[in-house]
Amino acid sequence: MTATINDPTAHLTTEDIETLGRELDAIREQIVASRGERDAAYIRKVIDAQRKLELASRAVLLFSLFPPAWLVGTAGLSVAKILENMEIGHNIMHGQWDWMRDEKIHSTTWEWDLVSPSEQWKHSHNQLHHTYTNVIGKDNDLGYGIMRVDENQKWYPLYLGQPLWNFVNACFFEYGIAAYDLELGKNLQKRRRQDPDFRARAKRVGEKIRAQVTKDYVVHPLLSGPSALTTLTANFTANVVRNLWTHSVIMCGHFPEGVATFERRSIVGETRGQWYLRQMLGSANISGSPLLHLMTGNLSYQIEHHLFPDLPSNRYAEIAPKVQELFERYQLPYVSGPLPKQVASAWKKIIKLSLPNGFFDKASEAAKPANLLKLIPGLASAEPKQPVRTAA
Amino acid sequence: MTTTVPATKRKQRTLSLRDRAVRFAEMITTPLLPADYLDIISPLRSGADLRGRIEAIHPETRDAVTVVIRPGRGWRGHTPGQYIRIGVDVDGVRQWRAYSMTSPGDRPDGCITITVKAIPDGTVSNFLVRRARAGTVIQLDQATGDFVLGEQPPAKVLFVTAGSGITPAMGMLREVVQAAGAVPDIVMVHSAPTPQDVIFAGELRMLARQGQLRLIERYTDAEGLLDIATIGDVVEDWAEREVWACGPTGLLDAAEAHWTEAGIADRLHTERFRPTVLVTGEGGSVTFSKTETTTEADGSTPLLDAGEAAGVLMPSGCRMGICFGCVAPLREGAVRDLRTGDVTTAVPGDGVLVQTCISAAAGTCDIEL
Ligand SMILES: Cc1cc2nc3c(=O)[nH]c(=O)nc-3n(C[C@H](O)[C@H](O)[C@H](O)COP(=O)(O)OP(=O)(O)OC[C@H]3O[C@@H](n4cnc5c(N)ncnc54)[C@H](O)[C@@H]3O)c2cc1C
Ligand code: FES
Repeated sequence: MTATINDPTAHLTTEDIETLGRELDAIREQIVASRGERDAAYIRKVIDAQRKLELASRAVLLFSLFPPAWLVGTAGLSVAKILENMEIGHNIMHGQWDWMRDEKIHSTTWEWDLVSPSEQWKHSHNQLHHTYTNVIGKDNDLGYGIMRVDENQKWYPLYLGQPLWNFVNACFFEYGIAAYDLELGKNLQKRRRQDPDFRARAKRVGEKIRAQVTKDYVVHPLLSGPSALTTLTANFTANVVRNLWTHSVIMCGHFPEGVATFERRSIVGETRGQWYLRQMLGSANISGSPLLHLMTGNLSYQIEHHLFPDLPSNRYAEIAPKVQELFERYQLPYVSGPLPKQVASAWKKIIKLSLPNGFFDKASEAAKPANLLKLIPGLASAEPKQPVRTAA
Repeated sequence: MTTTVPATKRKQRTLSLRDRAVRFAEMITTPLLPADYLDIISPLRSGADLRGRIEAIHPETRDAVTVVIRPGRGWRGHTPGQYIRIGVDVDGVRQWRAYSMTSPGDRPDGCITITVKAIPDGTVSNFLVRRARAGTVIQLDQATGDFVLGEQPPAKVLFVTAGSGITPAMGMLREVVQAAGAVPDIVMVHSAPTPQDVIFAGELRMLARQGQLRLIERYTDAEGLLDIATIGDVVEDWAEREVWACGPTGLLDAAEAHWTEAGIADRLHTERFRPTVLVTGEGGSVTFSKTETTTEADGSTPLLDAGEAAGVLMPSGCRMGICFGCVAPLREGAVRDLRTGDVTTAVPGDGVLVQTCISAAAGTCDIEL
């Protein structure tokens, strides 16, 4: 396996990689063997709390004409939607709780509060993204097929707009996900549009969108009577807040600087150890408080999640130190940072790659105060003796 | 049934009104169902999935307890002798098992009871006997089974039971002794290792003292297993009696042979708690195609257990081959019936229905679940 830039695995032998794989398998076994009542109680508690929060917020929004009610209700609903999508929906659909054999909390039965139907999301996310993590051209999560995410991707002027696309995508992320699960870009070509399978899936998305939109923008506003309009804006706001939050968290998982991307041919004949290694290098964590971890659906433990996508999310915190120890021992970069830093880093990469290679560095070099001073005649001596290093 | 036209119309309208209300409620809660929210508040309400709350747990012997359950509003009642399935969470994992009901049909408090004997290493029985607590909400299924006395109990009854096999007989016995009218002439032959192991001993001996029952206890630790062929030595009129037998496989097989030999097999009713496994063989890799899960199973593990262990939501019932609640299509491959050794094969497109609880993999197979 080779990562495309500066292979960080060059020092590992094939044997090392397989030993690493076995060590990770052991961590997995340990968790599987100790899954039990405590974990079951955890997910039931989160679901229970989320439903109560949603009910309470929606009840408060019946009076959203009063600004304090609007504020409290919108905030509550945003949090409820985030919890449902992240800690509950995403993780249940990964099969993290299938071992409980509770048909109400099972990957095959869960339908989440998002316009993308669970069935389609599971396919594109579990089967494509988690299998082909960060493999350019295979993992559509990398730029969702519309962005330039690696310097080795050829630049076109169209990419100049990618910071804007990314922002629009963030605001309406749930629709972005639905479109991307449908592989809309590819499937809208004339020939494929007729494909019955595609049409059936598109119909299913249409139905889900209709149900979601009717709920948030028709039924609940109508129930609010005089507060109809403000409930509508509250629900819209909650959906956008949820979209921005989930988009940011997900961007932090694979986009920040230091995360490796891989070439298609590098994964041919990949062993289990090599697969693990790719997950380790292709993901980044977010550091923070237990509340942050909960609100990100524990995707703040993106590295651990990618190594063990079907282990219960509440156990990632306990796995993390063991995984980190492996990173150290095998001298691999464990990418992690606080949320604002990781979001900034991901955005920087998106902006940088919207420009032709090297352009960003040159521009930011030129924009350094010291270099700007150079432009002023007579002040050339103010140039520092040390060469300036740009943050890469 | 005849109804006047306007009444039908009215009925239809109220129905569709109700339907419309339901649909509207669903629009409010989509993608969840209204029930998902109502369950938080009232898990036992009518219309909910059937559940029950454990009200009390009474010890019976050193390894058996009676569990008193208050069923949810949707409970449709039972006939003594029938069994229910319960789903309990043991170490966070939902486990379904069948238990005979030991309560008569109409307890004044509306509760039902089951009586459970812990078996070595048994997941659910040990949980219920040693760890379950009052207040726990469990999953329930409606009562089912035809191991019952029937509308009109026969005049002469014989119960042949052993160990926990006393449970369905106890349900029937309690029903007939508390019913108004003539109590049938009942004989019970019950085997247990020692006098202390007899479940319901106090109640049975009292009924015997009151003359409502002729009780013959057999302590197998001291006296050895009951030889069913000699039943005539203790119950002279055995051949005139309608018989309900429940206990270990050996006892029931012997009883079936004896009654068949006497040409009165139709008088004998049996209830088995577990299947008789006859044959096992090579296992194989089992794919559950709808769930896209593949697991390795040996030739003695029922597909039901293999699927559950792999996290697949498997439909199930009695778990011993009688109710057909576990049936699923075999798309491809081969499975073996553990009771007979018969191998069933399917090629793509066949979709042969198999009972997953008594079938094991006989090579690679693909189950449509
Ligand atoms: C119709 C019906 C009615 C039943 N009624 C009752 C009842 O009233 N009271 C009651 O206690 N049980 C009853 N059972 C049995 C009950 O359903 C469970 O099988 C039993 O409690 C064991 O479950 P477990 O989870 O403890 O054992 P498991 O964990 O399923 O099994 C552990 C081990 O014990 C073996 N085993 C399983 N069942 C038995 C058994 N019955 N005897 C000996 N070994 C066994 C298994 O092969 C396995 O090796 C009934 C079963 C049926 C089908
Ligand atoms: S579960 Fe009853 S027949 Fe299989």
